[in-house]
Amino acid sequence: MDFELTKEQSMIRKMVRDFAEDVIRPRAVEMDINAEFPQDIFEQMGELGLLGIPFPEKYGGSGGDTLSYAIAVEEIGRICGGTGLSYAAAVSLGASPIYYFGTEEQKEKYLTPLAQGKSLGAFGLTEPNAGSDAGGTKTTAVEDGNDYIINGEKCFITNASFAKTIIVTAVTGKNDSGKNIISAIIVPTDTEGVTITSNYDKMGVRASDTAEVVLENVRVPKENLLGDPQKGFKQFLYTLDGGRISIAALGLGIAQASLEKALEYAKERKQFNQPISNFQAIQFKLADMSMEVELARNMVYKSAWLKDQNKPFTKESAYAKLYATETAFRAANQAIQIHGGYGYMREYEVERYLRDAKLLEIGEGTSEIQRLVIARQLGC
Amino acid sequence: MNIYVLLKKTFDTEEKIVVSNGQIEDDGAEFIINPYDEYAVEEAIKQRDAHGGEVTVVTVGDEDSEKQLRTALAMGADKAVLINTEDDLEEGDQFTTTKILEAFFEDKEVDLILAGNVAIDEASGQVGPRLAERLGMPYVTTITSLEIDGDTVNVEKDVEGDVEKVLTSLPLLVTCQQGLNDPRYPSLPGIMKAKKKPLEELEIDDLDLDEDELEPKTKTVDIFLPPEKEAGRVLEGEVEDQVKELVSLLKNESKVL
Ligand SMILES: Cc1cc2nc3c(=O)[nH]c(=O)nc-3n(C[C@H](O)[C@H](O)[C@H](O)COP(=O)(O)OP(=O)(O)OC[C@H]3O[C@@H](n4cnc5c(N)ncnc54)[C@H](O)[C@@H]3O)c2cc1C
Ligand SMILES: Cc1cc2nc3c(=O)[nH]c(=O)nc-3n(C[C@H](O)[C@H](O)[C@H](O)COP(=O)(O)OP(=O)(O)OC[C@H]3O[C@@H](n4cnc5c(N)ncnc54)[C@H](O)[C@@H]3O)c2cc1C
Repeated sequence: MDFELTKEQSMIRKMVRDFAEDVIRPRAVEMDINAEFPQDIFEQMGELGLLGIPFPEKYGGSGGDTLSYAIAVEEIGRICGGTGLSYAAAVSLGASPIYYFGTEEQKEKYLTPLAQGKSLGAFGLTEPNAGSDAGGTKTTAVEDGNDYIINGEKCFITNASFAKTIIVTAVTGKNDSGKNIISAIIVPTDTEGVTITSNYDKMGVRASDTAEVVLENVRVPKENLLGDPQKGFKQFLYTLDGGRISIAALGLGIAQASLEKALEYAKERKQFNQPISNFQAIQFKLADMSMEVELARNMVYKSAWLKDQNKPFTKESAYAKLYATETAFRAANQAIQIHGGYGYMREYEVERYLRDAKLLEIGEGTSEIQRLVIARQLGC
Repeated sequence: MNIYVLLKKTFDTEEKIVVSNGQIEDDGAEFIINPYDEYAVEEAIKQRDAHGGEVTVVTVGDEDSEKQLRTALAMGADKAVLINTEDDLEEGDQFTTTKILEAFFEDKEVDLILAGNVAIDEASGQVGPRLAERLGMPYVTTITSLEIDGDTVNVEKDVEGDVEKVLTSLPLLVTCQQGLNDPRYPSLPGIMKAKKKPLEELEIDDLDLDEDELEPKTKTVDIFLPPEKEAGRVLEGEVEDQVKELVSLLKNESKVL
């Protein structure tokens, strides 16, 4: 057992922390108010190699591991949940599937610019009537000569308005037992028939772009199909397993930020002639928060480590996602409580943490779905 | 150009510092590259990119200093040297460090040495100038601009907020002041590559030095934290009474008069 980070991992933590403190922190409140996606910040993150951490150098990546990537998401999430969500979605959902399942040509053409941070990726799975139940996908991709013609509608797609490519899931046929075959297809956003609108007024993660994607007779070459045409569903389950680690890391970052703010405030705020951190009621809250943050961290890092060791991590990444995101919500809620009336005000930031954390219990598999995944792994 | 950077690992003075038994607690303190040395690393990389050559970062420290050296390599320095005194020296001061560095540089071809203006821990600002003196090369402290053209060097130097322009020549030692540049973040590819860059570890033996020659010339009598700042006090009443009260307080209470 070795709980030490490597030198590279701790250098990455320091670099990302410094970057997030210097560049993102001064703008976090404004970006939340204006629901403004920080494109320039993503350009800088691209230049620093953050968008390519878990991909090899030959595809424009940095050759880091999943744990380094999780640490980077944690550090960005500690400062801004919205930026963290767009970052996690770009890497885990927009780029990773191409790395896992793409052909050599697809990796060169599509993964490289994503890993270099020259363009941003997105993943379109959710539809108005297919959320938790991805099997209910209605979007279709029909073969026509050398092309697919795609029709359908995707909703709540992170980064879509700023993406050059969206990986879209669509029904491509039926298997022998009559079930739909769902495949993932790379769709360049400038293809005719793709309409992207971003009109959602969100509760939280407001710095992140979320858009609706309508696909009307969108024609893409067959070679844009990702991976095995028969195993699309299995492939995106694997993609989501990986994505869970990053959402868990984001939850960890928000939980850590909540703890830090609450602790600092509790030591400064005086009521009844003493710092409120002298009161056992406050101390117990802080003790619980601190313990849960550390437990979440252990689970997040362990699931990243399992993935790096090529060991099964489906159950552990579900544990991590479920526990870290629910910890984030609880910690943010307690941070507001400890701040009293001030915590309810935007400028103290803890109310934003709560709004941001709420999304993490929904996106990339709701808490209920995580419990389902775990129960299935238990053999239920 | 052969460019060298003198780099020191220091504790982060923005983090909490605990002093017990007249010593700063190492456990729990955050260690960083001395911020002024970051300007030196950045400037060295820039000068190398403009004029060619190689940047070597040198530190006198302990095993843990490797982390700061690797960070400098990740920023873009080419080589690093750790002179590890952990096992040989109980204590040291600016004299000790200078003496070690002098021995290190003895057989080196040097065009430019960059150091920080001061280290934020002991803040003496001595190592740079003393080393230049020992090596017999010109030095300029607290620089905010450095332009090299052949052997000619134009330097701007901060003098308490004013700018002094200095014309000098290589080889040269400078110490770097805030405003010289914006140190870059080490990039991800930089961090991954740093692992493979050469980091040489030396002990004082390797420099033909022994403990006795390195005994500090100064003695640390005590280390203590500044007293907690107490709440201020606003005097009230007629100005004349306020002045009287102030004088009396300065005399009797804080005993500074
Ligand atoms: C800000 C934001 C960003 C997003 N980004 C993306 C993206 O980039 N790409 C993408 O494809 N999607 C994205 N989504 C969509 C997100 O993944 C879905 O919202 C999520 O999967 C839930 O689906 P749903 O909204 O349709 O809810 P539903 O599936 O309708 O769920 C409603 C409720 O029913 C519960 N429920 C459903 N089925 C079960 C069951 N079998 N047992 C018990 N309870 C159940 C759920 O847990 C939930 O509580 C994003 C959503 C948001 C809000
Ligand atoms: C939207 C809004 C509307 C409001 N409207 C009004 C109004 O109309 N009129 C008005 O007068 N006020 C109003 N308030 C103020 C509100 O009543 C106070 O915010 C509330 O009483 C808490 O006080 P505080 O914010 O100073 O928090 P603090 O008293 O500083 O409390 C901070 C934390 O410390 C805890 N704490 C404090 N003392 C102890 C203790 N002894 N033991 C254990 N825990 C302790 C608290 O429970 C809390 O968790 C309003 C506040 C808001 C946000």
